[in-house]
Formats: sequence, structure tokens, C-alpha cells
Amino acid sequence: MNLEEIKSTLEAAIPGCSPQIVTNGSPSGQHSLLLDREHAFVAAMFLRDDPTLCLDYCSNVTGLDWLDTETSEKVKVTQLVDGVEKEVDEVRKTRTPGYLEAVYHLYSMQKKHGPLVVRLRTENRTDSVHLPSFTPIWRSAEFQEREVFDLFGIIFDGHPDLRRILMWDEFEDHPMRKDYVEPDDYEYEPTPHDAVLKKALEHRNRISTPDGQGA
Amino acid sequence: MLGEGIAKGLIETARNFLGSYVNKDRLTTVQYPEQRLPQAEATRDFPFLVYDGEDWQAGLRCVGCQICEKECPPKCIFIEKSTDKKPDAVGKPQFYPAVFNIDISVCMSCQICVEVCPFDAIKMDTAFELSTVDRFGGLLWDKARLAKPNQHYHHVHPTEAAEVDGRLAEERAKADAKAKAAAEAKTSAPPPAAPPAAPPANSGVSSTS
Amino acid sequence: MSTSMEASTPAAHQGFADATMIDHESDLLQISLGPHHPSTHGVFRMDVVLDGERVVKLKPVFGYLHRNHEKIAESTTYLASIPYTDRLDYMCSLSNNWAYALSVEKLAGLQVPERAEYIRVIAAELTRLQNHASTIGFLMQEMGASGTPLMYAFREREKILDLFEALTGSRMMCNYMRFGGCRVDLPAGWLDQARKTVDEYPRFLDEFESLLASNEILLARTQGVGVLPPKLAIQGGVTGPILRASGVNYDIRKVDRYGIYERFDFKVPLGEHGDVYDRYMIRMLEMRESLKILDQALHQITPGPIIDPKAKIRGFRPKPGEAYGRIESPKGELGFYLISDGTPNPYRYRVRPPSLINLTVLEDMCLGSSLADTVVIFGTIDIVLGEVDR
Ligand code: SF4
Ligand code: SF4
Repeated sequence: MNLEEIKSTLEAAIPGCSPQIVTNGSPSGQHSLLLDREHAFVAAMFLRDDPTLCLDYCSNVTGLDWLDTETSEKVKVTQLVDGVEKEVDEVRKTRTPGYLEAVYHLYSMQKKHGPLVVRLRTENRTDSVHLPSFTPIWRSAEFQEREVFDLFGIIFDGHPDLRRILMWDEFEDHPMRKDYVEPDDYEYEPTPHDAVLKKALEHRNRISTPDGQGA
Repeated sequence: MLGEGIAKGLIETARNFLGSYVNKDRLTTVQYPEQRLPQAEATRDFPFLVYDGEDWQAGLRCVGCQICEKECPPKCIFIEKSTDKKPDAVGKPQFYPAVFNIDISVCMSCQICVEVCPFDAIKMDTAFELSTVDRFGGLLWDKARLAKPNQHYHHVHPTEAAEVDGRLAEERAKADAKAKAAAEAKTSAPPPAAPPAAPPANSGVSSTS
Repeated sequence: MSTSMEASTPAAHQGFADATMIDHESDLLQISLGPHHPSTHGVFRMDVVLDGERVVKLKPVFGYLHRNHEKIAESTTYLASIPYTDRLDYMCSLSNNWAYALSVEKLAGLQVPERAEYIRVIAAELTRLQNHASTIGFLMQEMGASGTPLMYAFREREKILDLFEALTGSRMMCNYMRFGGCRVDLPAGWLDQARKTVDEYPRFLDEFESLLASNEILLARTQGVGVLPPKLAIQGGVTGPILRASGVNYDIRKVDRYGIYERFDFKVPLGEHGDVYDRYMIRMLEMRESLKILDQALHQITPGPIIDPKAKIRGFRPKPGEAYGRIESPKGELGFYLISDGTPNPYRYRVRPPSLINLTVLEDMCLGSSLADTVVIFGTIDIVLGEVDR
């Protein structure tokens, strides 16, 4: 089954489900299927249980971070200038809000085919970062979804045990996000000629000045 | 019979133990500081800078292009390029590294600097007993410590060094011929000016190591 | 090993989301096994709740070796990540190199010359030999056979590492494969040396087998212990020898036929019971199959180029797009998921670590068995913490 067929099968089997095909420009030709959040869980269940697809093995789960992008384009608008209608150039900025994405690579151990790449997108990167968890469908997603939660901050609803996995529990922030800033807490000895040396010096200066925040 | 498997295993152990008295193959341990195994030719650990001729200052092949500094994965090379030019081993004026440091406490012996250097200036050494009590100074190697003669390169990696020397000689001969042709063309017809002999460009395909 | 009756001490309770569940009045004992414990193969911790000798709950805790390998790779070039992949599963650096190179080749559409493919197969199978031998050695160590089997395995491993050193310059951190081929050609005499090692290897396997296979203590400690049913194995995403020991026929060398594996004649050994003994036996049998592949590859290899002329070392910029490539590493399915945005650095670089995902089913395998068996079951999963924590 190719991606088009899977898409139409899903649309037929699950009312309201509207998967989209995301094309991939590289020679690998691994295009993916974007599922909507509401129907993702049912759709994933269907992908696993459908006898022809039988995607019983979820190999890889990972997160992606797409920052907000700002594109500016010039548009011509007609404006009333001194009583005369004129065409004026105006720069319009469109802000596309970023989002977080979870990517699943599904294979079939029984039928030995794959991969089917499934993507899910959150609404934005800040407050609405919920996605349905696939752990109840494929146990192999358990640790990997925890890792995505830990490093990217996607909250998987329905995950049985969503805790930090690689970072320590008290850690805040999500280090794999593209806008992650390293905390200024250098304790270790820097090495010569290293960027660390500069940062450590700055840090030391900051904490030694009386009104420094770090002291 | 219970215990048969255990007995079989014990016989195997005994065969190895007693065999080590008669069979050299079974005696695999080497008494290290006194006894040393030969090193493979490809062995690598930390980089050194190659120089031609007698004087390491004059003969350094490195032109301070800083490519290796950029490509080194843990960023342990530190180079300051000179502002003036000095004649290199064949007398062509070239930049040179005013400072060339490698922090070998960070270096992971990956050989990427060797691969990307277009001038065959940096190569991997095989010396490994480098422990020191000075963690920072002792492991930060400067230009003087890193410079080793081409003979040393021939000593540690003979096949590779012969190949590199052959290639360099060929390139030099080509550059000479070009310069000569350009000079002749110049005498017969003054313009246009001869293009400067280009440094051997790194095609990026053939690895130099 | 530190014992603690009180779930309120922070270190002990960290692993449990629902620490309140533990009834302090009962006989349940909470133990933190590791992270500095000889049986945990590095810095790995298991929070175990025991009822007498029986395990009633087990949560693995990791991250002690976390260095955010993926972030490092995203802030450096494609080439500069190759030496870092060596350090994932440091027992099998050549397999890691291959998985990464394979993914980049998919991403950029590079062709690998035939000789390079042969060298890759030879390198990867040698890696499998030494990994499986030392895994079994460590497993026996955990069962109490201190020294002998492990040292025998290491003696053989040494010969293979010598081959790696002669080929790549380094024994463990090989940094050998490049996008579209390999870094250097085989040195003179290497093939003969490799053939000799491969020919002598069965002698070691026979010796190893008569040392262990019918040992009554080994049988008693392994048969019927830590059974992993095939359904759970598939569900848990388990791959590699553990999956096949449960009787699931899934070997990526056969399924994906990446590289030139379709040219070789070899079998995929399968287990029946999915217990510790099967997992041990599968590794023994896989070594024999690897020897078959090696024997064919070492005789078929022909001279030729070793790298795709289109491949560039510096300034490598694949077109925007993404690719997921995977290989059958000795530990299981090792995959790399890469996204390029047209710059010299990957936009996303993800490692699918078999060691981490195989741990998903550790609790299920251990429930109800004794603490001593837990250590043995854990040993058969064969993890390397460099890969688990990344
Ligand atoms: S790449 Fe070679 S020539 Fe350039 S700075 Fe490094 S060692 Fe010197
Ligand atoms: S060997 Fe690797 S780590 Fe060491 S200086 Fe060269 S590029 Fe850097």
C-alpha cells in the first residue's frame, strides 16, 4: 500500500479523520502522513490492527522543534494619497507560529514492510503542547515519548508514566528545543582556548560583583 | 549424569592452563613496560605538525589556514594566523601560524584534522605514554612541541609518508613547470600576468591519510 | 547496593511516580541497585521493590551519562559527528559508523562502491563477533563465573581489535566509514590476517561451548528464567538477538537487505522459549552465522574504488529533506533519523538506540523472579550506557 492508499483507507475507516501527506525532498523518498490530533489515537490503532497494514512495530519516536518563522513580502495596495488612488508598496509580515512535532516510524514485523512515517503536530510551542500518547498502542513508545517530553516538552496525554528520563527531575526547560539557552552555572574547570573559558570568566565576574544576580 | 557439564568445562580450563606452559599461542598476556607489542602502522593518537628541512620554524608546512580548527569536532585546536608572510620550505612566501595550540586533554584522536588539511601539514603521531602531572599546561601543546620533522613521519607511517612525499613532489614539479612556462610567456609577450601557482587544492575526495 | 526502608529519602523515591503506593508496614523492601554496581555495566540504576526475594516492581533509572549527543551533532557538521557516533555504543563503533553513514547516504543519495560495501560488511560482522563474545563473557561473570569465560572472550576480542587497529588506526574509536564509502583502503596483508582470525574463530567457539553449554549450574540459572513472550517483544519494540530468542523472525539484514547482504548465504537463528538460555544460545549461533558471512565476504572481495567520487568531505550540504536509515547492529536495530535544511549542520539528528528501547520490557521479564535472576536477565539484554543515555 502506498501513502495515498493508506490515506484514503484511513479517511474511509475513521469518520472525520483527515490525514495529510507531507512530502520529503531528499532522495530517500520517505514521505510521511500527518495525522490530526483528535483522530490520531484511533487512526494509530487502526494502522496497527488493520490486517493488510499490520504495523505492529513502532521503531522510532522522536520530537522536532519548528520555531516561529517570520516572512516578509511586498504587496501592492491601493491607497488614497492626497485624494488620488495610488498603488503603494507595503511590506507585510506574516508570522507563522512554530509548533512541536512528534514523528513515529512504524514497521510491520509480521509483513516485513515499512517504514510508515507518522507525524503529529502540537498547536504551538508554548502553552498548548499536548499530543495523544501512543504508548497504549505500542509499548516501545514508552521510553521514547518520555524522552521527547524531557527534551522537547511535548506532553503526551494518556502516557502511563510521563516523567523526565535523561535529565534529572528538578531540571527545568527542554534542552533539545532550538531556542534553549544554556544556564549560566559553570562550576567545572575550563579548558584553555575554549568558549567555555570565556563564559566561565563572564560568569565569575558576574558573581564576584556585589550587585551581580548570581552571587 | 549431574556434574558432567561442569567437569567438561573444568577440563577445558585445565587444557588452557597447562597448554600455556607448552604452547606459546595460549600465553597471551604481555608484561607491558618491559615487553611491548609492535604497533600497527595505521595507529594514531595525537596530531603533530610536519616540517621539511632542518629548521622547524622555517620548514613548517602549515600555512595557518585554520581549516582544521574549524573542522575539529571538539574544537581543541587554537590557531592565530600570522600577519606577515615567510618563505616556506621551497621559498614561496606563505602565511604561517603565529600560534598553534592543541589541547590534547580534549583531543579525541579522530584524525579529522589530518583528513581536511589541504597542505599535508598535520599528521597523526603514535606516541602514547604522555601522562603528566600538570593537567592544564602539560596537556596544552604549542607549536614547538607539535613540530616534528618529516623523517619522523616516515618513521611512524612509512607507506603513507612515501605516498604523501610523492604527491607533494609531483605537485611541486607541476607548479614549477607552470611557473617556468608562465615566465617564458612573460618574456615573449608581457601581458597578461601569470596566475600565481595555486596551492594543492583539496578535492575532498581522496583522503590524505 | 544501598537499602532503604523509607521511601521518603529523595534518592530512593526518585524512581517512583507513585511512591505512596508502597506500604511501609509490610515486608516490601525497596532497593536502589546501582548506579555504581558491578552488574549494571556502567552507571545504570534499577529501583527494585522486593517482596522477600521476589521482584514486585522494577523501574530503570538512567541519564547519568547523558551528554545530549543529539544536540552536539546538531551544532556541528555532518562529518564531525562520525567520531561521536563511535562513542555511542563503544563496543561496536564500526556498526555505529555504518548506520550513520547509511542514513546520510539515503539523505544525500550517494552510491557506495562495491569494495566499500564488502569492507563494511566485514567490519560489521567482526564487530558482531567481538560484541557477542564479550556479552556472553559478561553474562557468565554476572552468574558468578568470575573471570574464566570473560577472559577467554577477551582473548579472542583482542585479535579482532588488532584487525581494527591495523585498518582504522584505533582499536575502539574507529571513525572509519565516510558518506559514500570508507576512509582508507585495506592495508597490505590485512585480508590474510583477517582470514586467519576468522578461520581460527570456530576453535574458540567450540572451546567456549564445551566450557559452558552443558554446565549444570548455567542450565539451572538460565532455563525458564526471564521469559519474554513474542507478542510482548514485538509490542515493546525489542530488536536484535533478544527478539529472535523469543522466536520472532526479524533480522534487518534479511528484511531491509541494506548494503550487500542479499549476496550472502546465512541463516537467522531463532529461539523457542525466549528465556535467558535462548538469548545466550542465539548469540553463540549468530557468531557462527557471522563467520559464514565473513568467510564469503573475505573471499569475494575484489579491488576497486572505496568511496563515491561525488562524496565531499568538507562543505557537505545535503538537499533539504529527511531520511531514516537503520541497520542490524549487534544490539538490535540502530537507526539514525536526519533532517537537513540545506546547511552544513543537520537540523535534526536522532539516534534510535537499541539498548534503551530493549530496556522497555526489563520490568516485565523480571517480575516475580528473584533479585539474583534480575541481574542475569539484565545481563542478557546487553546494553551499553553510552548508547542508552547518549
Ligand atoms: S588545515 Fe593544515 S595548513 Fe591549515 S591550519 Fe590546519 S594544519 Fe595548518
Ligand atoms: S585528532 Fe580530532 S580532536 Fe584531535 S585535533 Fe585533530 S580533529 Fe581535533
